[in-house]
Amino acid sequence: MADMNKKNIVLPVSPKEDFGPVKHLNKQKLKLPYGIPGHNLTEIEREVSADEPPALPVNEQLSVVGKRTHRIDAIHKVTGAAKYTSDIQLPGMLYGKFLRSPHPHAKIKSLDLSAARRHPGVYAVHVLSMEPGGTVEREGGHDTPAETYNIDQLPVLRYVGQPIAGVAAVSDQVAREAIRLIKVEYETLPFVVDMDKAKEKDAPLVFEEKVEQQQTGGDVGGEAGGKQQGNLRGPATGSFYGGPRGDVEQGFKEADFVVEGVFRTQVQTHCALETHGVVVDWQPDMLTVYASTQSTKSVRNDLAELFDLPLSKVRVITEYMGGGFGAKFGAGHFGVMATVLSKKTGRPVKLMLDRKEEQTTVGNRPNSQQMLKIGVNSDGTLNAIDLTSYGTAGIGLGAGVGRVAQDMYNCPNFRMAQYDVFTHAGPGAAFRAPGNVQGCFALEQLIDEIAEKRGEDPLAYRDKIDSSEIRKVERQKGAEKFGWRLKKPGSSPGVVKKGIGVAQGHWPRIIHVDSSAMVRINKGGSVEIMSGVQDIGTGTKTILAQVVAEELGLKAEEITVKIGDTNYPDGPGSGGSVTAGSITPAARNAAYQAKVQLLGQVAGAWEVEIADLEMKNGEVFVKNDDSKRMSFADATKRMRTNQILATASRPDDYGGFEVGNAIGYDRLGSVQFAEVSVDTETGVIKVDRVVAAHSCGRPLNPLQLESQINGGVIMGLGYALYEDRIMDEQTGYMVNTNLDQYKLPYSKEIPHIESIIIEHYGAHSSTDASGIGEPANVATAAAIANAVYNAIGVRIYELPMTPDKVLAALRAI
Amino acid sequence: MNRFEYTKAPSVDDAIKMMNSTVPEAIIKANQSGAHIVKAAGVDLLDLIKEGLVSPERVIDLRQIPGLAKLEFNAAKGLTFGPMVTIANLAENKDVYNHYRALHEATAHAATPQIRNMATMGGNLMQRPRCWYFRSEGHKCLKKGGDICFAQNGQNQLHAIFDTHICPCVHPSSIATALVAFDSQIELTGPNGKRTLPLAEFFTTPEANVTCENNAKSKEIITNIMLPAATANTRSFYIKQGQRESYDWSMGDVAVVLEMDGKRCKSAKIVLGAAAPVPMRAAKAEALLTGKSINEKMAAKAGELAVEGATPMAHNRYKVQLFKTLVKRAILAAV
Repeated sequence: MADMNKKNIVLPVSPKEDFGPVKHLNKQKLKLPYGIPGHNLTEIEREVSADEPPALPVNEQLSVVGKRTHRIDAIHKVTGAAKYTSDIQLPGMLYGKFLRSPHPHAKIKSLDLSAARRHPGVYAVHVLSMEPGGTVEREGGHDTPAETYNIDQLPVLRYVGQPIAGVAAVSDQVAREAIRLIKVEYETLPFVVDMDKAKEKDAPLVFEEKVEQQQTGGDVGGEAGGKQQGNLRGPATGSFYGGPRGDVEQGFKEADFVVEGVFRTQVQTHCALETHGVVVDWQPDMLTVYASTQSTKSVRNDLAELFDLPLSKVRVITEYMGGGFGAKFGAGHFGVMATVLSKKTGRPVKLMLDRKEEQTTVGNRPNSQQMLKIGVNSDGTLNAIDLTSYGTAGIGLGAGVGRVAQDMYNCPNFRMAQYDVFTHAGPGAAFRAPGNVQGCFALEQLIDEIAEKRGEDPLAYRDKIDSSEIRKVERQKGAEKFGWRLKKPGSSPGVVKKGIGVAQGHWPRIIHVDSSAMVRINKGGSVEIMSGVQDIGTGTKTILAQVVAEELGLKAEEITVKIGDTNYPDGPGSGGSVTAGSITPAARNAAYQAKVQLLGQVAGAWEVEIADLEMKNGEVFVKNDDSKRMSFADATKRMRTNQILATASRPDDYGGFEVGNAIGYDRLGSVQFAEVSVDTETGVIKVDRVVAAHSCGRPLNPLQLESQINGGVIMGLGYALYEDRIMDEQTGYMVNTNLDQYKLPYSKEIPHIESIIIEHYGAHSSTDASGIGEPANVATAAAIANAVYNAIGVRIYELPMTPDKVLAALRAI
Repeated sequence: MNRFEYTKAPSVDDAIKMMNSTVPEAIIKANQSGAHIVKAAGVDLLDLIKEGLVSPERVIDLRQIPGLAKLEFNAAKGLTFGPMVTIANLAENKDVYNHYRALHEATAHAATPQIRNMATMGGNLMQRPRCWYFRSEGHKCLKKGGDICFAQNGQNQLHAIFDTHICPCVHPSSIATALVAFDSQIELTGPNGKRTLPLAEFFTTPEANVTCENNAKSKEIITNIMLPAATANTRSFYIKQGQRESYDWSMGDVAVVLEMDGKRCKSAKIVLGAAAPVPMRAAKAEALLTGKSINEKMAAKAGELAVEGATPMAHNRYKVQLFKTLVKRAILAAV
């Protein structure tokens, strides 16, 4: 058994060794917009570093930020000019391919690579001795390009699809042929892929020894506690929002009434359009990696560590990226394999996973079984919440159900026990609001049950128990747009019954302070923003251009955005909805500092103070003096240096953080409304309409935010009705590994979606922006479930809500 | 995907000479090398090759053979079309819509617009089942010459509810459901000339041969599909229910063809797709309607009769209720 103690933990809450809040040499007091326009907008004074730019007024008073702005790279995407990792072709490039385990649990008895090595067109064969981001026992030790391996030290195979060996060949076909020529003898072992069976006493063990949690930059799912018994790991009894509160048993005793339910959610796979993969070019003085990743720096850091290279000798490039949803952090087993193969052969190696590998080996949203119990006071307030959950992330950890039960509503007595269950299946990964999506499905249905028991409208009831001001506004505006009028459950006439439902979600406001950007103003007026941050399809490039343009008085399309390259200052990983809130303040601050340098030169020439100058509409001018005015381009032509450069990193939140260096005050709120039709004779559910009311601090680009909300709703709809990783218990295989049999929602399944984006100023940073990736996805399935209940008068406790479950609930079968 | 030779057959006779195997034969052969198989659009074949289920040495294209893409309608004789007619050709054809409404509905709801534009009717009838065990290289099931049917004790939610005891795969062609309801005939051409048989007899059950869903011989190809003339009193409809509305395979589909005499039903054909290993006539339901005028109650009763004797599996009991509903709705829509 390999050393398991060595691990690479990058928590969203940075490790304790990192320095905490920063002090500043000089400070200033800023009056910043605070609250919700049209509701409770006011100003708040914050003491911040003197380096910070002036307060940005509300969006109404801005010219670029907050305006609907088309993606600056849209033309490249629609014409195919945009090159994704899967498009990269390098001279002399080889193709890598994996041999993967055909058994859910086995030991390798013998391995014969000779025929594969002899196969014409094969350049290298490598047996993987460790797998970062995958099976935990492979941590520790480095893979080297040595030709030898010790058969006795090869890792135990614990899921169908676990990587064993790889080849590099002149073409993808030749590589596949060579894989088939590798002869392996296996000793098969008992296995278990069903979570309930894995919990049983005599279930086959997935791990004989205690394993450590592996996390990557994108992993913000529930953490299991330390205990491990059988295949059961945990429980986790707290989160970064704290541990248990009060006395739950006493709370139930005091309660007016208690509701409870058992809820189940399925395993969902990420299904990014672009699969995981890399093109690796190992050169003597530089390792260059094109990666489909959510974090260029995480790939660089992994490979530098695993191959003993200084950070300066690894360059990772992600110019365009075809989706990640949480599963694309770190080098991955494919990145390590491609790097070994490139080092061995001296040629670039491309290794993109196929869809089957994608579905089985690089992540999924773990399933859940949730026992949720809520005690309610006679005035409707919540008095006690008790949550026990089980989930399986296969051979991985992190199958918790999040923090919604703990944190969304006020409740003095709270207790939770979240367990991980190991099964012989591919590892889970962070997936768009990990944990909270599962947890919301349970919590928000039970809250609706309470409202019904009390004879109250679900919205009015939430007004009573929810102290969040932003969600209150979202409920009001959402209900207005939706035309909320609840009828009695099951009262819709006819065979096809209509129903409406609502659910709320929330997500922490997470900041990565390791987020830096550089702004460069060139003679002639061209402006660049540079950062290692990647645009994973969310529109990061465009919001960076907007923020810099706003500061410099230019147009978004006048800014050249160079990102997705570790040659630039490190950006944040794009997961947990951290990107916009982390990198845009750095970008604005860098732009501001570059601007001050330029204005300093202009002020010198005009013999005025910098504070007298302004940059707007492509011009530099003296406020209140029309005679002193020149174009931005002309001003740059007189620069003393060819370029002005400024770099800035994400400072602490203006008001400080709630937890550590990463968890900010405020939550990212959402309230979603759904209207459904349920065919009571076939059990088929159709979602007709969704209204999604969201907040994410200062909205930077409503057009892109709507696009993300659409994506989140569609993903939530797939989770609610269609998607399901189906495992065969006889063989341990996932049976629906392709996108023909794994059902994603397509055009006709997608309802009319209307978004409401509410400005919510918190005075947290120089842009006060936040992301919306996760919030968009949290409440959808719960809202649909509540609407289904309203339509048919029977509650569905299990996802996905397929015809068999609906008919069974209706007792039609 | 393996490397293979690609060649175009200039004529039906050449194609027959060039081929040496059907796809099912190529799949069960222990040594697959050396298989020369024909393709039309290759929609299904590509999936099979990608999964490693078949590794042909040579693939013979039929698409350029003259005369195989003809579509002829004659009010007195009926509808005849060649195997290279695409699904879109049928879905967009006005005569099909006017005289064979169930076929229109079936073709218009098959696959996606892109696939309908490519996929041919010959290929549609010859495609292999979508059973996920059959489609998995890792599962050597009965249909692939193995000795176990994994669906019996496995994930069988999309499998048959009739004739389930050997191999509960359902036939993947939902268009066949409508064609069988219209009493279509199929013409096959082989080394010894042509033979014509009812489409219903072309499909074979697992009892006859579990490794193949039809009785096409090693060197036979489909050369025509014929539908008898429809009368002014023919009423038909077809309903398919997938898990999704856009692009999906059938969870259940039903075709109904009624010969009406005023309000009275002279004769009825009711065929269930994705209910059994082959498109299945619901004889009792047909008998119920014959000679009577049709109302909602009777349609519902026909639905009940259509699923009589069903033997649903562990995960597909919902299909019984689904077919009851689809039969009722298709009858009422046809009238």
